[in-house]
Amino acid sequence: MQPTSHAFPLNARAELGNETLQRALGLARTGFPLRRQQAIERLPEFEALREEGRAIKDHTLANLDLYLEVYERNVTETGGQVHWARTAEEARAAVLEICRSVGAKTVTKGKSMVAEEIALNDYLEANGITPIETDLGEYIIQLRHEPPSHIIAPAIHLMKEQVAETFRAAHAELDPTRALDEPRTLCDEARTVLRPRFLDADVGITGANFLVAETGSSIIVTNEGNGDLTQTLPRVHIVITSIEKVVPTLEDAATLLRLLARSATGQEFSSYTTVSTGPRRPGDLDGPEQYHVVLLDNGRTGLLGGEFQDMLRCLRCSACLNHCPVYAAVGGHAYGWVYPGPMGAVLTPALVGVGEAGHLPNASTFCGKCESVCPVKIPLPKMMRHWRERQFAERLAPPVYRSGLRLWAALAQRPRFYHAFTEIAGRVLGWAGKSRGRYRALPFAAGWTQMRDMAAPEGRSFHSLWAERQRRGRRG
Amino acid sequence: MPEPARVALLVTCLVDLFRPTVGFAAVKLLEQAGCTVEVPRAQTCCGQPAYNSGDKTDAKAVARQVIAAFAGYDYVVAPSGSCAGMVMAHYPELFADEPETLPKARELAARAYELVSFLVDVRGMKAVEAAWPRTVTYHDACSGLRELGVKTQPRHLLGSVKGLHLKELPDAEVCCGFGGTFCVKYPEISDKMVTDKAADIAATGVEAVLAGDLGCLLNIAGKLSRLGHKIETRHVAEVLAGMAEAVPAIGDPQA
Repeated sequence: MQPTSHAFPLNARAELGNETLQRALGLARTGFPLRRQQAIERLPEFEALREEGRAIKDHTLANLDLYLEVYERNVTETGGQVHWARTAEEARAAVLEICRSVGAKTVTKGKSMVAEEIALNDYLEANGITPIETDLGEYIIQLRHEPPSHIIAPAIHLMKEQVAETFRAAHAELDPTRALDEPRTLCDEARTVLRPRFLDADVGITGANFLVAETGSSIIVTNEGNGDLTQTLPRVHIVITSIEKVVPTLEDAATLLRLLARSATGQEFSSYTTVSTGPRRPGDLDGPEQYHVVLLDNGRTGLLGGEFQDMLRCLRCSACLNHCPVYAAVGGHAYGWVYPGPMGAVLTPALVGVGEAGHLPNASTFCGKCESVCPVKIPLPKMMRHWRERQFAERLAPPVYRSGLRLWAALAQRPRFYHAFTEIAGRVLGWAGKSRGRYRALPFAAGWTQMRDMAAPEGRSFHSLWAERQRRGRRG
Repeated sequence: MPEPARVALLVTCLVDLFRPTVGFAAVKLLEQAGCTVEVPRAQTCCGQPAYNSGDKTDAKAVARQVIAAFAGYDYVVAPSGSCAGMVMAHYPELFADEPETLPKARELAARAYELVSFLVDVRGMKAVEAAWPRTVTYHDACSGLRELGVKTQPRHLLGSVKGLHLKELPDAEVCCGFGGTFCVKYPEISDKMVTDKAADIAATGVEAVLAGDLGCLLNIAGKLSRLGHKIETRHVAEVLAGMAEAVPAIGDPQA
């Protein structure tokens, strides 16, 4: 997917005017945070668990090379194969090669953000292979040719009426007069349509929430069970994921799973948590004949040891999106690429470049809510500030903004001039705005007064009044 | 009451320019809490605009000035969670790579406080001498809330204001959309956020909304008046210091 993050302000304006989206976001705004809150209230040790989760991830990242090697060894020992991919291109090529080697025509897919990151569907289609998304949300947006707008609820920008329209257009073989008013009917219809697709697919592609070094296993969590059908029914299972998903042990994965579902959907555990280890063994009743893991780097190793390393702790739970007032205002598509919200504001510049995605870390009030709900305590605002520092150092910020800032800074470093300036500014603005108490328009603050009034200053600066009071003698 | 203490007031640039009343309210409250208050003349701003814009060089220059101006006082107190948070949480981060300044930044951070939490947590203030017969609501400004844990302290003191009835604001902890330069860099998103905030405030049916940060208050006051709501917007210190009756609310005409 071609990023449009550079157009964030325009994207945001369009989304703010999109009434359907605003209705959909209004519903999501209350749902996720409330359910998370209820879930963590039922778990007194949640705070301690966050600390534990952070420690597991930090330890793994500090020894990532070691754990990745152990992981690969154990995948190989259990009969699977790891394919290392430095770039999105290498990852796509690895997937295609596996598909071609078994003559695949159709592949089913469980939900995978890494597959979105490497734009796998477009690539497979261009190479004559039909990918079929099996997660309900992903299926809907695939039919609509839209990217996901949320990392765990990809179709959250849609209302059920739009889904019904999409299904009527896509499932032309079904009775056009059928009722499609209820979420339940929509879900049943998708299930009916997808069932034969699961059985026909030559290859099943899933992502991974965790990779376990000690066993060589991949773990996925879903609420629909589609991931299990995707990875057990076809002859070949490909896991497409990224290197930072590895954890040392099953015990570690269990700790992180306790954090993940609560932070994501407010569930204690997702409906399905599935551990896959290698292909079908002799005597197994089911499972794929081949098990492949395509391990993507795509710039992640470049974050190790630097100011953005903490971002690699991310579990992709979406708590930061669900609690972000900016995401709640504009939705995920405005961010212009695969990862939206606060985690996207930090990760996207790292993956597509800060020149393309420079707006994202700036479009934050630093309200700090994201960091406060992150299950692994990623300091998201701090890292957004680091991106701003890079932009400033590389002179990527708009020149007018830069020079305004420099001018202010020069004044702020000269207290005598500064106090003289604020006294004059206060008196002038205070005098001129005295009768109304506020301004409806100010030429040098149009960005402010376009949307809201600007209160007139009281008239005198505090420092000048204080100096007078000191001269008069206190209480004199 | 604890031992007398020498407190330096970090006025903050917005209070200095827009609303000196908040500064005088802070002085009055600090004096009631047994402190001697001084106002270092060499202060301008805490440096947050530069820091949050990625301009570390200027942020450091302004921060060094603050560190020097506020040396030697028992405490440094600001009527703003945002500016206090800058000194308390971010100065040590800012100078993490400068071993010669870092100890001074940490030392300052250790004796810096946001006004209302200082009054309650450090000075043990339990009640104020003020009356204001109004139904009010309270917005929890983000930095004070999440960086400094300011939540119960203002409610505690407001509970002692005679005649005042506090009605809690739904989503009081959700950002109002000010965000410093954010509100002019992304005005439409900021507008959406403050419109939601104004709607929540209006729906409570209160006569006044209070908060502890002037940036948020200017934003909220500006939106409420643009939408035609007659709801007073005030810094919590004005009410606690008993000055609300005598001074027009933020954005109201001067007498």
